[in-house]
Amino acid sequence: MISFIRKNYLIIFPIIVIVLIAQIEKYDQLTTSGTFGAAIRLAIPICLAGLGGMFSERTGIVNIGLEGMMIMGTWFGAWAAWLYGPWYGILAGIFGGALFGLIHAVGTVTFQVDHIVSGVAINILAAGVARFLNVVAYADQPTQSSTQSPRIDGEVGDFTMPYLSGGYDTPSLFGYLQDLNYPFISDFAGLLLGASSNLSYISLFALTLIPIAAWILWSTPFGLQMRSVGELPTGSESLGVNVYLMKYIGVIISGGFAGLAGAYLVLESSGIYREGQTAGRGFIGLASMIFGNYRPFGIFMGSGLFGFADALQLRSDDAVHGLLVLISVILLILAIKQLIEKKYINASASIVMSIGFLIWFLNSETVPSEFVYFTPHLTTLIVLSSASQKLRMPQKVGQPYRKGELN
Amino acid sequence: MKFSLKLTSLLAPVFAIIVAFGLSTLMLYLIGEDPLETFRIMYDYGKTGKSLVSILNRSVPLYISAVAVAVGFKMGLFNIGVESQYLMGSLLSAALGATLALPSFLHISLIIFVAVITSAFWAAIAGYLKVKKGVHEVISTIMLNYIGTGIIAYLLANIFFEKVELSTTAPQTDLLPESARIPSLNALLGIEELPNLHGFIIGAVFIGIIYYWIVWKTSLGFDLRATGSSPLAAKFSGANPARLTILAMMISGGFAGLVGIAPLTGYFFKYTTDFPSGLGFAGITVALLGRNHPIGMALGAILLSFLERSAQILDLKDVPKEIEKIMQAVIVLTVVVAYEVVKRYVTNKQIKDASKVGSYD
Repeated sequence: MISFIRKNYLIIFPIIVIVLIAQIEKYDQLTTSGTFGAAIRLAIPICLAGLGGMFSERTGIVNIGLEGMMIMGTWFGAWAAWLYGPWYGILAGIFGGALFGLIHAVGTVTFQVDHIVSGVAINILAAGVARFLNVVAYADQPTQSSTQSPRIDGEVGDFTMPYLSGGYDTPSLFGYLQDLNYPFISDFAGLLLGASSNLSYISLFALTLIPIAAWILWSTPFGLQMRSVGELPTGSESLGVNVYLMKYIGVIISGGFAGLAGAYLVLESSGIYREGQTAGRGFIGLASMIFGNYRPFGIFMGSGLFGFADALQLRSDDAVHGLLVLISVILLILAIKQLIEKKYINASASIVMSIGFLIWFLNSETVPSEFVYFTPHLTTLIVLSSASQKLRMPQKVGQPYRKGELN
Repeated sequence: MKFSLKLTSLLAPVFAIIVAFGLSTLMLYLIGEDPLETFRIMYDYGKTGKSLVSILNRSVPLYISAVAVAVGFKMGLFNIGVESQYLMGSLLSAALGATLALPSFLHISLIIFVAVITSAFWAAIAGYLKVKKGVHEVISTIMLNYIGTGIIAYLLANIFFEKVELSTTAPQTDLLPESARIPSLNALLGIEELPNLHGFIIGAVFIGIIYYWIVWKTSLGFDLRATGSSPLAAKFSGANPARLTILAMMISGGFAGLVGIAPLTGYFFKYTTDFPSGLGFAGITVALLGRNHPIGMALGAILLSFLERSAQILDLKDVPKEIEKIMQAVIVLTVVVAYEVVKRYVTNKQIKDASKVGSYD
């Protein structure tokens, strides 16, 4: 038990603090089913982008272009959904992302351009292409603009778990528990209720992709070949694996996932294509992949965290204000850890910052909306800087490979 | 021999530009416009005196932004955060510059100094996170872009701007006094009839020289380049990668701080919500296009500014001017591929030549 706490204190203590803060009425939005439901919906695109990044990096190709592929997903998704309906939007989004994945693959695999340079170029290209297409495709619409699509109609329907969450007019167990307002039990019931009610079929589809991705990569010969290419391309080549083909497939699948993430964003949260609506989520997906140690369920956990931060930002400024206490407590824990390690200068800096956040919390009612806006990005930075040292990344990731090489 | 190698590497950007034109021709054709006519209109509009001044004015911050990115590239660091770095520097120097009354030279120097220091500090965060926490600089600088945007919006609206009830004025800093403005070069060049050609263009030339000097003529620059091309070898030669990373990020950020100087002291004279943005990302394009070379980047900046300016006429002709964005992006993408192809060709040729020397027949 003690060793479990020692290993996971960075996860356990924040949860306890969040639940305690949520007992105060002003901050109860922190753990309601509504917040968790929003968190799931915001986590899914990040998770999909992260899975995309995983497919690419497992075959040894760094994919900074995820953001651009996601932009293509938003545009194509919105366009096809506007023309034919949401499910076609999903297909078109996947196609648009995969197309840009193909471009990235041509650059990095065939021409061995530096992966990050190619990815950055992809992001620039995607922004330009989306803008151009938007002007051309909606030229004869009354709402014509270079940055927005017309509103998309059409519902895909949603699903609520019967008996547990009250779907199909059954009693709702989690809802009952949440209304009891017991600490921890009600908060946890809120989490489960949010995760299992009003999920659209697109969300369900996206969630099933997580185990499927895991199954493909770790339980099929094809997946083994893909992973081997990222670890030791020369060895795979000598065993008859078509290294280039595997890398191509990896990057194209990666683009498809990112495109799906983009289409999801359009169809689930906004119902419209808007320039800049990905707002760095491709990169946050990449961060969740690093946080999740290049594994599907790790990525899901990571994206859940970022989705939660995003949901708080959207739902309630008050709740974000409550997080100030959390930051203060985390800094205090950090300071104690540094004191034990005898790093006195770092420890005193942490203590000063901890007190600073506490004073800020006590002397204000809300956090300025400008700060609330970057909660997910700040969370990403903090999480990465506390987690990214114990990683095991694919061995040859980011290195160009040429057929017939010896090393 | 060496000369012909240099010539071959010049082929890459030329090839990229041809491909970009080819692709945009195709696109224009597909949407039912006459490509040749479109290019002719763009060219005619772009070569007017007014346009040329505007192109030069545009290319100054673009060039400096490219230099900032290139410093990082030279060490294999990707500073995607030039965007928020220069905006942060511009805001603080604009706010401070407006409150002071100093002799002109001192005033302008102080503004530049504040911008450089602010931006360097903001960039150093990413360097620190990379060295101490192992966070890749691409992700950290991008996240810092969003965080920076939020902080700037907050500072601008709440600290540097007094809200007046019921007033619809957008948040902005106070105007810079006369002593903080860099004069235009028109009187000097005898072109009074044209729009103002901003004086900081001379500064941009100096910045190019300083960049060249730091990267190619100092031992620090040598270490930077060595770490960029072979981190392990550089480490064994005594370079300290951790220190270099933070330093390179700070130098890159310092250059980024200079990006906003031309618009600030030349034509905006204040920081507002519509202060030119996006220059940080455009700088990446220019750095890739110009291959991190001071002169190459200057040409790249002018080319991009030309495209941007000349595309503005297209709106009047009912051609989507966004075609220019595609041209830009295609140029970047093809240029990186073309450089790689040329590099491979050159390496192969060198190996062949070397083996010829080796065999005495």
